[in-house]
Amino acid sequence: MTAGMASKARLFAMAMVAGLLTGCAASPSFLQAAGPVAAEQRHLFWLVIAALMVVVLPVFIGLPLVLWRYRRGNDKARYDPKWDWNPRLEFVIWGVPVLIVVLLGIQLWHSTQTLDPYKRLDGNGTITVQAVGLDWKWLFIYPDQHIATVNRLVIPAGRPVHIDLTSDTVMQSLFIPRLGGQIYAMAGMRTQLNLKADRPGSYFGENTQYNGEGFHKQNFRTLAVTDAAFDGWVKRVKASGSPLNEARYRTLAKKSVPDAPMEFSAVPEGLFARIIAKYMQPERRGKEGGQ
Amino acid sequence: MTVQSAWFWAIGRIDLHSFAFVRAWEDPSLDKMIAAGAASLVVLGAIAVFAIITKLRKWRYLWQDWFTSVDHKKIGIMYVILSGIMLTRAVIEAVLMRMQQAVAVNQPGIVAPEHFGELFSTHGSIMIFFMAMPFLTGIINYVMPLQIVARDVAFPTLNSISLGLTVSGAVLLMISLVVGKFSTGGWSGYPPYTEMAFNSGVGPDYWIWAVTLSSIGSTMTGLNFAVTIYKSRAPGMHLFRMPLFCWTALCTSILMIFAMPPLTVATLMLALDRYLDFHLFTTDLGGNMMNYANLFWLFGHPEVYILILPAFGVYSEVISTFSAKRLYAYRTLVYATMVIAVLSFTVWLHHFFTMGQNANINGFFGIATMCVGIPTGVKVYDWILTMYRGRVRFTVPMLYAIAFLVTFVIGGMTGIILATPPLDYVVHNTLFLVAHFHNMLIPGLLYGMLAGYQFWFPKAFGFRLDETWGRISFACWVVGFYLAFMPLYVLGAMGMPRRMAGVFQGEYLPWLIIACIGAFILLAALGALFVQLVISIRRREKTRVPAGDPWDGRSLEWAISSPPPEYNFAVIPCVEDRDPFALRKEQGRAYQPPHAYEDIEMPKNSVLGPVLCIVGAAAGFALVWHIWWLAILSFLGILAAVIVSSFSRDTHRVIPASEVARTHEHWLRTVAEARAIPRELETRSANEGLAESAV
Repeated sequence: MTAGMASKARLFAMAMVAGLLTGCAASPSFLQAAGPVAAEQRHLFWLVIAALMVVVLPVFIGLPLVLWRYRRGNDKARYDPKWDWNPRLEFVIWGVPVLIVVLLGIQLWHSTQTLDPYKRLDGNGTITVQAVGLDWKWLFIYPDQHIATVNRLVIPAGRPVHIDLTSDTVMQSLFIPRLGGQIYAMAGMRTQLNLKADRPGSYFGENTQYNGEGFHKQNFRTLAVTDAAFDGWVKRVKASGSPLNEARYRTLAKKSVPDAPMEFSAVPEGLFARIIAKYMQPERRGKEGGQ
Repeated sequence: MTVQSAWFWAIGRIDLHSFAFVRAWEDPSLDKMIAAGAASLVVLGAIAVFAIITKLRKWRYLWQDWFTSVDHKKIGIMYVILSGIMLTRAVIEAVLMRMQQAVAVNQPGIVAPEHFGELFSTHGSIMIFFMAMPFLTGIINYVMPLQIVARDVAFPTLNSISLGLTVSGAVLLMISLVVGKFSTGGWSGYPPYTEMAFNSGVGPDYWIWAVTLSSIGSTMTGLNFAVTIYKSRAPGMHLFRMPLFCWTALCTSILMIFAMPPLTVATLMLALDRYLDFHLFTTDLGGNMMNYANLFWLFGHPEVYILILPAFGVYSEVISTFSAKRLYAYRTLVYATMVIAVLSFTVWLHHFFTMGQNANINGFFGIATMCVGIPTGVKVYDWILTMYRGRVRFTVPMLYAIAFLVTFVIGGMTGIILATPPLDYVVHNTLFLVAHFHNMLIPGLLYGMLAGYQFWFPKAFGFRLDETWGRISFACWVVGFYLAFMPLYVLGAMGMPRRMAGVFQGEYLPWLIIACIGAFILLAALGALFVQLVISIRRREKTRVPAGDPWDGRSLEWAISSPPPEYNFAVIPCVEDRDPFALRKEQGRAYQPPHAYEDIEMPKNSVLGPVLCIVGAAAGFALVWHIWWLAILSFLGILAAVIVSSFSRDTHRVIPASEVARTHEHWLRTVAEARAIPRELETRSANEGLAESAV
């Protein structure tokens, strides 16, 4: 019965891995990487799992064997109720996990440095985006293009994207699984995320930190487009004649789930910095939060 | 004074809309009806319990023999009962959440988003603070003093107070179903979301006071257990002769002492923000929620090991007993436990790798986290080597131990993935994380406590639990676990965040349906557990084990009658080995009559525990609803109760030697008349609790 159970567990584990391989095909998964960061994360994911098999497989194989051989009723097996120590075995069962952790630790240190979300990515023409977490939407400001969007992040494919994040409400977390991610956005503070899309496409983005009733609806599309298409899009937005002014921002900052993405032809200079700075002013009172 | 202010003075923030029934009356949607249904279950349940106790005239019995008792065994049993009630509520909530996510794919689902927020917040808070903590505290309470051969814990009245405070927190959580709404801020209650600026209702206050009450209770429990283990061991019971369960109890107690205060501090600081307009964790005026995250996880990570270590202890006892063999590498297991306890304080930051620290900090905490995997992995191998060259019997507790080993290893693997910062960035806050911690805590806590419950139940009540229903329940817990949580790994890797009241990705649906089926099987597992209990009570005459040793046990709790007398051991024996009872049975001197009996001094009942429970709950309720007169009165009540009781000098009573002798010799005759059985008959009615190895 127990050996059967262990094999059942293995079956589930295999089903799970198979699911990861097939089921994620159409989903916003880092395993369907569309950028260099997510691709490295996917590589690391399988590497760590492979390394851990050295520790895990002996348990999955050894446990059923031990249980079967030393089951009560099997008088052929040796019974030694006082046997409770073997220095050589002890060396192995400490040594192998230590070795694995040392190797994984070196790998971890290295990959944490190279995949640091704050590290600028290689490549020319970095595009800067300022993301503001609101209830329950993301505002993306393009400081160099002087435009802004809500719930739509348009980026040029193949160029590094540098995102500065803050929140004008509670804590949120920006995550675009197929490109990599994620980092918290907190009021009064600036955090950073660097991503890149390899090729044009539409990638799902979301907030992963619970922030109330509209949380599950707070998602957006990241559209990676060619350079030419990006420039064309910027021009089109600028010409749309619908600027984001302070009054409009105040409305935007109120709790709501927008029906559709929005685009703004202009943004007040220094809006992002002001959103951060207003939490530093001594006269602000807590009860006005988010306005 | 206007009418309105008079009302506020009397009942604070309570109004008609505070009541779930009124909300359902005005808006009879499915969501509100579910809330009202839950509220009526609480109310009707309370009325039914009161009515039954009154009808059976059991109030005096309950008050004298249970509520005011300071006997560690009875307190332990009450903790486990509390845990069972709260487990039931939290499992039902889990099923509701799984249903919601399986149904609410591109449509509204069965509960409103706000209600869903309450569900995951109460589910988590209950499972950690009012299911897991009481369960392990109950089992340690019952077993540890017996194993180290003590008459009671070091501070029996304090023990009763700890229970009282835990119960008062649980009562607040139950009341929140009827009056008001609970927090939607999750079990970790992160500000600024839980601050007044964003959540001005009573929800976060319910959470704050329920958690604060229970955390104070747990701190005192930790102190109590640690002192008991250090000071109350029998002669010859050196630290390195203690059963491994006692070692894990000691490590857990030390963790409680150091890890619970940061939680109490964090929740009280949040209360200062909410009640007195401090700005400790607010978004403005210098507040910083990162301080909360650090404080909370400085508690939160050791808490994981507070929960898991006692289960490691249970498994050590269970595997050794049912393999009929000494524990392999006892010293290694002790050191590994201690190493885990120490390392648990060095890893808290891995709960927020994504908060923007630099890579060196994340790297350090990532490696520290991986290091915890080393002693844990060693333990797994040590347990397997305990079975090696043994004679393994597949009883229910042993089945839980085996399921634990397989399942826990999978959880350990995903834990290493989460400990790697670059991987954490892509699975943090997703269902992958949810799958991981359930994968650690269900085998690493729940299975362990259930194994302990099945293992020591005959010791506590004198009869065995039904084997067949035990196996059915076990099978459901295991199958249900895999069905409910393996899909969550997949969903998490597919980018689905946790705490979603609705889903807009159709490809998630098949996995959500499997997980929902799994949740129902887990509910069936819980049902089977209750069926097992009822059937076992009905058939108890056939499963009695008065001689006290149904499993051919190895430690000293099996060397006394089942159930044990109030004073545990008629005469405190001298301990000469790590498996003292196994050694005595081998040498044929397991049931020798003592040379002489002495008077035994036992602590008297105390009303302080139940009084502080009632007053504590009143204080919490008053603070939640801003009923200031009641809050002040309750605090004065707490102060008065503690001061008045400290004047009581008459705290002990003496059980005369003659009575001890009479009881003990009666039991020795029972043992002499019992049939010694081989292990094949262990689960049959022939098992009267006397092992063949003893004669």
